[in-house]
Parts: sequence; C-alpha cells; structure tokens
Amino acid sequence: MTATVPTTAALALGDDALVLSHRLGEWAGHAPVLEEEVALANIALDLLGQARALLSMAGDEDELAYLREERAFRNLQLVEQPNGDFAHTIVRQLYFSVHQHLLYTELAAGDGPFAPLAAKAVKEVAYHRDHAEQWTLRLGDGTEVSHDRMTRACDALWRFTGEMFQPVAGLDTDGAAMEAAWLESVGDVLRRATLTVPEGPRGGAWSAGAGRQGLHTEPFGRMLAEMQHLHRSHPGASW
Amino acid sequence: MTEAAGRDAGPDLESHFEATISHDQRIEPRDWMPEGYRSTLIRQIAQHAHSEIIGMQPEGEWITKAPSLRRKAILFAKVQDEAGHGLYLYSAAETLGADRADLTERLIEGRQKYSSIFNYPTLSYADVGVIGWFVDGAAICNQVPLCRSSYGPYARAMVRICKEESFHQRQGYELLMTMMGGTDAQREMVQDAVNRWWWPSLMMFGPPDDDSPNSARSMAWKIKRHSNDELRQRFVDMTVPQAARLGVTLPDPELRWNEERGHHDFGTPDFTELKEVISGNGPCNAQRIERRRAAHEEGAWVRAAAGAHAAKQAARAREEAVA
Repeated sequence: MTATVPTTAALALGDDALVLSHRLGEWAGHAPVLEEEVALANIALDLLGQARALLSMAGDEDELAYLREERAFRNLQLVEQPNGDFAHTIVRQLYFSVHQHLLYTELAAGDGPFAPLAAKAVKEVAYHRDHAEQWTLRLGDGTEVSHDRMTRACDALWRFTGEMFQPVAGLDTDGAAMEAAWLESVGDVLRRATLTVPEGPRGGAWSAGAGRQGLHTEPFGRMLAEMQHLHRSHPGASW
Repeated sequence: MTEAAGRDAGPDLESHFEATISHDQRIEPRDWMPEGYRSTLIRQIAQHAHSEIIGMQPEGEWITKAPSLRRKAILFAKVQDEAGHGLYLYSAAETLGADRADLTERLIEGRQKYSSIFNYPTLSYADVGVIGWFVDGAAICNQVPLCRSSYGPYARAMVRICKEESFHQRQGYELLMTMMGGTDAQREMVQDAVNRWWWPSLMMFGPPDDDSPNSARSMAWKIKRHSNDELRQRFVDMTVPQAARLGVTLPDPELRWNEERGHHDFGTPDFTELKEVISGNGPCNAQRIERRRAAHEEGAWVRAAAGAHAAKQAARAREEAVA
C-alpha cells in the first residue's frame, strides 16, 4: 500500500477504537463478575491494538493520542459516552460493534489501504459483537430491573447512532446500505431480547457527523484530561 | 468417596495420605485428606485468589493514565491476566468444596485476607514498573515452589500463573530501565517508587519464621515448600544485582553482601507495620475493600439477570423437548 493512506479516515476509525478502549479501561476492577473483568479488558485490548495500527497509519500514535485536544479528535460521539451502568456499556458496545463488524467486513473484502487491518480486526470485532448480543439478550430478557435498565440505555444512546453512517472522506463504503443492515441486525437483537427498538431521532442536525468534525460532548474533555495528563506533564520523555 | 466416609477416616486413609505426601505425589480433589489440610488450603488458595483480584486495583488505577499506548496495552494485558489468575485460583479452591460466592463475601466482609502489599497506593507511573519488578518478583519467589505444592489443582494453577507472572516482572523491569534512561524527573520517580515499595515488598513473605503460626504444618504437608525467611532471603539476593544494573539504591543501610553466608545481610522490615496492615489499618485497606464491595453490590442486578435469563432459557428448552 503506497503513500495514499487517507488520513481523515485513519483518524476517524483510530479515534473510535482508542476512545472506546479507554472507556472500557475505566471498568477495570468494577465489573459485575470476574469473567467480565476478563472480557471487557480483552475487548479494550483488541480495540487499543486497532487504534495503534490505525493511528500509526496517520502519524505517530502517541503524538496523536496524547497531544491533540478535543477539537482535533475525530471519533464518534457514541464511543465517548460515559460508561453509565453495565446496561449503558453493553448497549454502547452493541450499537458500535455491529457497526464496526459491518464496516470491517466490507473493508476487508475490498482492496483499499484498510483491507489488511480490517481482515485481522474483523475476527476480533465478531467476538465483541457476540459478547454484546449475548449480554443484550441476558439483560433484556432477564429480570424486570435489568429490562428497565436496558430500555433506558437503548433510548439514551439511540440519538448517537446516526453518526455512524455519515460519509467519511477516504472510506469508500455504502453508508445507506450499511445503515439498513445495522438497523436490521440491531432491531433483531433488541426484539429477541424483548426490548423495543427506540423511535427517537438518530442524530439531528447538531450531532449528525459532529464527532467526525471534532465537535464532542462535554464528558469527552474530562476523559482526555485524565488520559493525557501524565504524557503532557513530561514533554519529550520516553516511556 | 462421600463426606461421611471422609470424616470416618480410618488409619488406612490417613496412612495413604501421609504416604502420598512423603512420596511427593499429588493429592487430588477426590482423595481423602485431613480436615486441617483442606481448610488450610482453602484459606491459602482463597487468599491467593483475593490477592489477584484486589491486586488489579493499584495497577488498574493507571490504565486510564498510562503515558503511551504501548504501556497502556501492556497494563491492560496484565490486569486481564490477574483477573484470569483469580479465576483459576477460585476454581482450585472450589475443588476443595469452597464456593466462590461465599469466598467473595468473606473477602468483602474482611473475614479473609489478601496480600498486604496491595494496601499501598500507586502514586506515580514508576510504581507500575516497581510493582512488576518487586511485587511480581516476590510473588514468583513465593509461587515457583508452589508449582510443586502437594495439592494437585493448586500446583497446576501455579504453573500457568508463574509463566505469566515472570513475563509481567520482565515488563516492569523494562519499564524502569526505559525510565532510568529518560529525564531526571523520570529517574527521580523511579527512585522514589523503589524507596516506597522496598520494605512493603519484603513483608509480602509474611512474618519471620519464629512468628509464623501456620508455617510448620504447611511445610509438613508440603503445601508450602520453603519458610518465609528463606524466601525473603532469596528475593533479596535476586533483587540486589538487578537494582545495581538499573542504577537505583535500595533504602536499607544494613544491606551488604556477606561472603561467609553467601547471601546478602539486610535490615529487619517493620513487622509492626505489617501487623497493622494485615489487620486492616494500612494506607488503602478501606478503599480497596470498599471498591470490591461496590463492584459486587452494583453488579448484583447483572448477576441476577444472567441467572433469570439462564432459567428462562432452560425452561424453554424443556418445553421444546416435551412438545
């Protein structure tokens, strides 16, 4: 693959993976069962690996991760949303991993600059998707409490899902077809989990594509402050 | 064999057990064993498991603050390994008739202990490296002999755990090497971390031999293979040359090579402090337990949902089988 890695696309996909990985890292030591400590760390580590590969295609991974401010990050607003309770984390994983699985499957099948990475990552993402779907079924079709929590999480995160299908410069994918496939898959899982597919808007004018343009939600700045603090405190140090 | 038969052990069972131990063969879950052996092992393995789980906290603290993506990946992998070690060890304890949920209750109620070391705070990134070097190093000294422990499931868990621990130890040391080759501020961070963690690491081996009530019996049963003081000496001898190569000093004015003994002499850890820490009064005891309790309690609805869903699935499967 020669010089023409589309930087915008590498940053968009890399930032998605980096930011979601970080959010999952906040679960360490807090998971509801030990098996989930392992699973969440495992998913986070996969995503971090993807982020490193993608950011390295766009420049120096550490410079990009640690020295950009909020306005320069290109991740979806969905992935920067705070963990909330386990239901919010699972719904965020479901919405994102189904999207990422569709996207990487398509990229892996093509011959663009992301094909080799997508071919490797799609196996990881298939596991993430399965994990999210299984938990959606358990929690949606579990107890009344878990059902209610899932309903709230599905509704709360729904408005961030439209952004996933906005065009990204350098990604030659069919957004409309992917969106239809995503709606079908997610709808199917939610119904099997006895949950209602939310009906609210999936991103109004203010948020559709906003993260991709560096417009983020308020909690993101705090997340970056924690992530970047040590690196920024020691300019030029190597670790 | 049934429980009742186990309790009514005749001389045959007892002598068979003794013979298995003395021939360095393994006791397995279905074998008869003295109640003291069983309860000592449950206590030791559970505390070992708890240590892995509580031990995720001091390092997990730095996952979100790790200064490079490579270090962040290493830390994620390590903390994930620790959760996995906890799982192996709880499984090993369950082969003795213990119940994981019950052991977790005991931990959060303070009725079972975990390693004293995890009650110290991680105050800088160098602490992550020093934990790898000292704490995992001390754990290896303790655990490698446990790969030959007389109880089979424990020994086999230790084989798997030790491989991963020694990898973590090398990574910790490598982090410190990198920092020592960095800026003055980084070197100061490393020395400061070494100063804070040295004595607590030596205390990981437990009280001195003349004040270690369970040791003699554990050694006779070959659950433990070496005394606390032997292992502490081994750790010091192993670590001193590593410190020299790293370019840090160890905070002990009495530390010197003793030609006659062929070992390093070293000062006495503050065992009063150890007693305080073990009895709940160390710097982070309350916070560590509280966090474990919070995770457990806040996760209750998730575990209940998983149980309810599994029951529904099973009921559906039965209906289908009938239909």
